[in-house]
Amino acid sequence: MPEVALRAEGLEKRFGGLRAVREVSLDVHIGEIHAVIGPNGAGKSTLINLLSGELGATAGSILLRERPVGRLGVHHRALAGIGRSYQKTTIFLPFTVLENVRLAAQARTRGGLRLFGSPERDADLNANARAALDQVGLSGRAEVAAGLLSHGEQRQLEIAMVLATEPKIILLDEPLAGMGTSEAKAMIELIRSLKEGRAVLIVEHDMDAVFSLADRLTVMADGRVIASGNPEEVRRHPAVRAAYLGEEGPP
Amino acid sequence: MDLVSFAVQLLNGVQYGLVLFLVASGLTLVFGILGVINLAHGAFYMLGAYLAYWITARTGSFWAALVGGVAIAFVVGLLLEEIFVKRLYGRDHLAQVLLSFGLILVLDEIRHILFGKDVHSVPAPEFLRGSIQLTEVLSYPVYRLAICVFCLAVAAAIFLVIQKTRIGMIVRAGAENRDMTRALGIRFDVVNRYVFAVGIVLAALGGIVVAPISTVFPGMDNQMLILSFVVVVLGGIGSVAGAAIGALLIGVADSFGKVFMPNFSSFTIYVLMAAVLLWRPNGILGRREI
Amino acid sequence: MARGALTSRLVAVALVAVAVALPFFAATYYLQLASKVLLMGLLAMALNLVVGFGGLVSLCHAAFFGLAGYVLALTSPPYEAASIWITLPAAVGAAALAALVIGALSLRTRGIYFIMVTLAFGEMLFFFFHDTRVAGGSDGTFIYFKPLVAIGSLPLLDLEKARTFYWVVLGLTLAGIALLVVIVRSPFGHALAASRVNERRARSLGFPIYRIRLAAFVISGALAGLSGYFAAAQFGYVAPQMLGWHVSATALVMVVLGGMRTVTGPLLGAAILMGLEEFLRASTEHWKLLEGLIIIGLVLAFPDGVRQLFDMALKPHAFPALRRMRRPAVPREAGNA
Repeated sequence: MPEVALRAEGLEKRFGGLRAVREVSLDVHIGEIHAVIGPNGAGKSTLINLLSGELGATAGSILLRERPVGRLGVHHRALAGIGRSYQKTTIFLPFTVLENVRLAAQARTRGGLRLFGSPERDADLNANARAALDQVGLSGRAEVAAGLLSHGEQRQLEIAMVLATEPKIILLDEPLAGMGTSEAKAMIELIRSLKEGRAVLIVEHDMDAVFSLADRLTVMADGRVIASGNPEEVRRHPAVRAAYLGEEGPP
Repeated sequence: MDLVSFAVQLLNGVQYGLVLFLVASGLTLVFGILGVINLAHGAFYMLGAYLAYWITARTGSFWAALVGGVAIAFVVGLLLEEIFVKRLYGRDHLAQVLLSFGLILVLDEIRHILFGKDVHSVPAPEFLRGSIQLTEVLSYPVYRLAICVFCLAVAAAIFLVIQKTRIGMIVRAGAENRDMTRALGIRFDVVNRYVFAVGIVLAALGGIVVAPISTVFPGMDNQMLILSFVVVVLGGIGSVAGAAIGALLIGVADSFGKVFMPNFSSFTIYVLMAAVLLWRPNGILGRREI
Repeated sequence: MARGALTSRLVAVALVAVAVALPFFAATYYLQLASKVLLMGLLAMALNLVVGFGGLVSLCHAAFFGLAGYVLALTSPPYEAASIWITLPAAVGAAALAALVIGALSLRTRGIYFIMVTLAFGEMLFFFFHDTRVAGGSDGTFIYFKPLVAIGSLPLLDLEKARTFYWVVLGLTLAGIALLVVIVRSPFGHALAASRVNERRARSLGFPIYRIRLAAFVISGALAGLSGYFAAAQFGYVAPQMLGWHVSATALVMVVLGGMRTVTGPLLGAAILMGLEEFLRASTEHWKLLEGLIIIGLVLAFPDGVRQLFDMALKPHAFPALRRMRRPAVPREAGNA
């Protein structure tokens, strides 16, 4: 069994009377892509926000490599090794591509908040940033303002930024949303490459992509986990067919 | 402190709080619905007070001042929205701050030109001039009670309009989801104009009704501006009910602060604000981050 | 690009040379006016660290400015000059402490709330000096002697001389510019800009947004205090109006007028606004009416400040040079570059 990067136990989130996430437990392993699927309103995005710390859980615990992080704020969790992308691309639009990634690399560096010196002339930062750009295939666009990139490139950039923070686990919230076929194809390959040495948790609506990428799936409906397992097990699970695949058709 | 003087202080606090509510509700409406921060709000309070002085002095009737002041404030509000404020929708807060700061300089200088820089007082209407005897030694001015009743009536009217009428519905819907409401064919340019004008009227109304119990003087706008900001911060931006709670809290805190620590009374309200910020940064009834 | 950078460097050197030489050809009145412009410019540049680079519209910087002035007034002995070595650190320290406390509370809020809360806390200090008899109440109090710059009994500089005072202020302003440029270019400055541009992304990369903003707020407050200390020394007088929010708003006008994306823009804004005030005051009694109208007009006409005019006159090749001063490029500029 590969090492567990992130473990959630009995995670619960209430908004007033609404229980958006109910007693969700899951393990995400190093070297695996773990997909969370389910119909709209199943609580998938809420789950990601609970894991990254944007929302505080009402109950339950989150362990990052056995270290409890459930009470830490967003930036502490980021430094502990949780990186994430957002449903709506979240990057620094007016800055150049390189500046974006360099900021990401800077965030986790000692002295990343020094009051003197210049990140632009910091060889280590630039090298780390370039390496992340290489990995997503944006090296050629380093000097372009992020706001001028195409939608697909912006998504790639967001992933490069996450990579530059050297996370243990990457949370991807609908990374394929709004992409054309060829863009999506490239992104799927990029996501596949992310699991090497890391854990990846992905929320995605594109079922073809999910079943081609995922090593493990968790199916949610009405805030709870109704099934989990490898793609084959999930595909055959009767509750899933009823609640979910019944509407979408088997992939 | 015995029970009667406690009651008098409480009444003073409530009366002050109600006037504060009148002014601050205008501010919070303009924030909540137009998304505009109007630093010149206090200047309209001062304008109201000066209009009350000027019209009363010309006509001898406070009622003429009340009606005339409201009418003038309303027209000024409509004009300002049309000329300046509508260009601020969607601009950043900084532009709004600067434009309303410019407006303060202009309004203050116009006040100087029209009314001079003297301190004035305004007589209360004849039949509201007496006092009610509470005990042998304590009495309470009728006019202050009249202010309470008047402000409560205006507050009730605001709540009724917002909760029960079609205009109120549009206003509520607009504050929640502007794009959707626009898609339903609501003319926001018209709604905005009236909301802004009503906000100005509420500020001026505050100035008119307090004119007989306070003096009318240059600079009276500043303290009211700060207080109504504190009220809005306490209550939560855009929330009229929050403004009511915040205003009463401040009114009462100020009134008792003056009794218990006369030298530092102005601090009580800031301590209150700091406490609320620590407890609920978005205000007591604040909904979301803005 | 090299030519653009060279040009702006030459212009800067020429401006500094003129500024240093000013006492040799300007009358005392203009020298004092120039000192005032530099001090207000320093206040505006300090404010801009928070407003332009941090994206936080603060309306309480006059409180730090005025508080430092009051500290000088309160620590000055009545019949002799105060030592600058004691009063200056006390004044700047008090301003920084006030910024720390006010910032810690205000930074829990965002947007419009932040504006209102800083305004209210700034006015708290105003009312403190206005309502209590700590330093003359609403009348204010005099500072009869300019601070003494001496080592032991050996006087180093005589600040009573308008010329010396001006040079000291000029030196401080240049030092302030240097400090701000270093900060803005530093990793901290980049992180501050990042939290302005996209707070959520900056936080999820691991930047401690609250602490970054608070640090910027305190640095900015301390610099505002530095300016206020010398402003009080120059006027020889402090009054509550010095802490009032109208001063903060005026500094904001300077920031916007000069452009918020450069360190020195607000200094230019201060020069323009104060020059304008001088002119208007000499021409009409109701000059504030005109000033107000001009401010309104500028806000509506030039959303990016009058610096916009200069930028438009420059060729695109000059933009990378400006960007190197940590002028975060908006897409269309970077596209040209």
